[in-house]
Amino acid sequence: MSQAAFWQIVLELLAAGALSVPFGHYLARVFQDQKTLLDPILDPIDDLIYRLIGRDVVSQAMDWKGYAVNMLLTNLLMGLLIYVILSWQGHLPGNPLHFPDVDPFLAFNTAASFITNTNWQNYGGGSTLSLFSQMAAITFPMFTSAATGFVVAIAFFRALAPARDKGYKLGNFYRDFVRVLTRVFLLPCLFITPILVWAGSPETLTGMVTAHLIQGGVQHIPMGPVADLEVIKHFGTNGGGFFNANSAHPFENPTPLSNIIETLLMMVTPMALVITFGRMVGNRKLARVMYSIMASMLVVALFIAVIAEQRGTPLLAHVGLMQHAGGGQMGGNMVGKEVRFGITQSAIFDTVSTAFTTGAVNSTLDSYTPLGGMVSLVQMMLNCVFGGKGVGVLNFLMYGVFAVFIAGLMVGRTPEFLGKKIEKREIVLASLALLIHPLIILIPTAWSLMAPYGAHSLGNSGSHGLSEVLYAFTSAAANNGSAFAGLNGNTPWYNVSLGLVMLFGRYASIIFMLAIAGSLAAKPSVQETIGTLKTDTALFGGFWFATIVVVGALTFFPGLVLGPIAEFFALYAHHALSGVVR
Amino acid sequence: MSRTFGTALRLTLLSWAMFGLGYPLLEVGINQLAFPGAANGSLVRVNGQVVGSRLIEQRFTGDGWFHGRPSAVHMNPRLSGGSNLGPSSVRLARHLAARRARLVARHPYLAGRQLPADMITSSGSGLDPDITPANAYLQAPWVARARGLPLAMVRHLVARHIRGPWLGLFGQARVDVLSLNLGLKRIIARARHARMAP
Repeated sequence: MSQAAFWQIVLELLAAGALSVPFGHYLARVFQDQKTLLDPILDPIDDLIYRLIGRDVVSQAMDWKGYAVNMLLTNLLMGLLIYVILSWQGHLPGNPLHFPDVDPFLAFNTAASFITNTNWQNYGGGSTLSLFSQMAAITFPMFTSAATGFVVAIAFFRALAPARDKGYKLGNFYRDFVRVLTRVFLLPCLFITPILVWAGSPETLTGMVTAHLIQGGVQHIPMGPVADLEVIKHFGTNGGGFFNANSAHPFENPTPLSNIIETLLMMVTPMALVITFGRMVGNRKLARVMYSIMASMLVVALFIAVIAEQRGTPLLAHVGLMQHAGGGQMGGNMVGKEVRFGITQSAIFDTVSTAFTTGAVNSTLDSYTPLGGMVSLVQMMLNCVFGGKGVGVLNFLMYGVFAVFIAGLMVGRTPEFLGKKIEKREIVLASLALLIHPLIILIPTAWSLMAPYGAHSLGNSGSHGLSEVLYAFTSAAANNGSAFAGLNGNTPWYNVSLGLVMLFGRYASIIFMLAIAGSLAAKPSVQETIGTLKTDTALFGGFWFATIVVVGALTFFPGLVLGPIAEFFALYAHHALSGVVR
Repeated sequence: MSRTFGTALRLTLLSWAMFGLGYPLLEVGINQLAFPGAANGSLVRVNGQVVGSRLIEQRFTGDGWFHGRPSAVHMNPRLSGGSNLGPSSVRLARHLAARRARLVARHPYLAGRQLPADMITSSGSGLDPDITPANAYLQAPWVARARGLPLAMVRHLVARHIRGPWLGLFGQARVDVLSLNLGLKRIIARARHARMAP
């Protein structure tokens, strides 16, 4: 690995880490109702919103069921609104290119995709949606789906917080939701959009410009309100692009600077939420342990991906492409990557995007080397390398509940986590939350590969074709949204199956986690004694990490062997053998 | 329950109005005033006519111009995207070999040489406006010959159009093909002008 690549990784991680600490403290203050600098501006706005939506409902504290029901209800209404807008976009204003209504299967898939923070795209952005749809049905749920994941995590943190006087209440869903929107998302989005525009991202209501090219002929260049969508797309770990090529498109991501801004935007909130957790539950040491484990996994993933892409493949060397950087070119696997990002910025972006379950890509993952692509796949299977807004840290805590339980069995002590006893009910719920993930990945993958209507969509054959389908369902279940995009997902089968997987992957695990929260919140705190298994130590951190790896590996290893690992060996073996023959 | 339903409905509509309409339209207004060039797609005009966007690749053919990268979507911005061919794809190997063979057939001096990775691979967007400096320098001899310009002059032109990585570290050194070709056009016009002058 070159020095330049090394320092790009290190400096970006340091920048994200440095931003996440004060931001995490700020978030904790916001959700513990402590004073912040922005209160004088935002309090009147929040009050106005509360008055408009119903002040009496906003002031009730909710138990876990109330919280879950209101969360589901709001999400359902928003999903319906998106579905209706997409289905009628041909009859609505703001459609300069006269795109027709979106068909019902695709509209269902898209509504499910954006309401669950997945942002899987079975449509071609610039060639399907009107400008009005891009704003009212795409940019809108990018805010609200991110806020949904966020408030669920906050509710869970409250359940574990000490010295609560509210009994088993978790807070008020509507109040949290509004505060996330106004105090977390609004101001950064307002101020960062102009920076992206300055870098080159368009922000206009013109749908398309026709250029008369230098060598004759014309080029029709679609554009629109791109920059504002880009900011929330990354800040909300959403990932759905304005254009088909997502962040590889020069309008979405014009320069290395914009690439770094987008990368940092993806990272900062999920990292900050770990720190928020530490403050809200009153155990910063535990938060540091969690943060270290997640950061170590991310660092390993980044280095593997960058090195794998920089090494290139025997196939590329065979056709006489330079594989080493130097002399004014970057070498490596440039298939599906952009020159302005080169290997390093491409691999960092896509790896971060799959770790934080954003799903935006600035280079096509389908064309990554087997190992580079596998890094993204594994991160989505674990789904807790920081993970998406809110849900990442929840998944990590779910593994923590397991680790406590297993360690407790091993040493013969009652499992406790943050002073709460972990008993049968919590373990059953955590097991359900854990098992749903592989179930909704592996079963639909196997079904798709066996059914002709599933296998017909493959863009590549052999192991790589298997990886494409496995990747699609993993991405949907993890609510990531990135794709091995050679797979044609815009068929009734994939639109419906992926849509359902996204909905299950999102709401089932959220409901189980809220149920655990409710159950923990109702328990009295146990006094820590000399017999208590400490969870905020490096030793337990190692055990926690091992639990994640073992559970993840046992569940998904067979799929990985058949997909990327088989492809890796086939690729190298094939070229080694054909070299001998020649 | 009906009361919370009302709240959920009003929250949906209110946040939709704020973030689905208010926020994008406000940003359009601000940025159209602050950065009209970039906000409208970084269009390049020659004699008042739009000849393309600085950020979007367009097709150049023939030996008289520098060429951009191959595109999986035929440089059609209405599509955008990569080939999505996997790393062990036989079709990928065939595409690359065919592109290489076409290049070598036109320019025999490339035979047997290793090529810069961006020269025959297609980009992620299919609209990559840039090529690497190595790629541009490798094209300089055929451009110079076709245009009847001294090679040193063309190489100098390339050198002037190289943009380094951000802060010397982030991203990659690159040459924007449209600007490079417009620069070439200016040189040719100047050279013609100089020849015509007494």
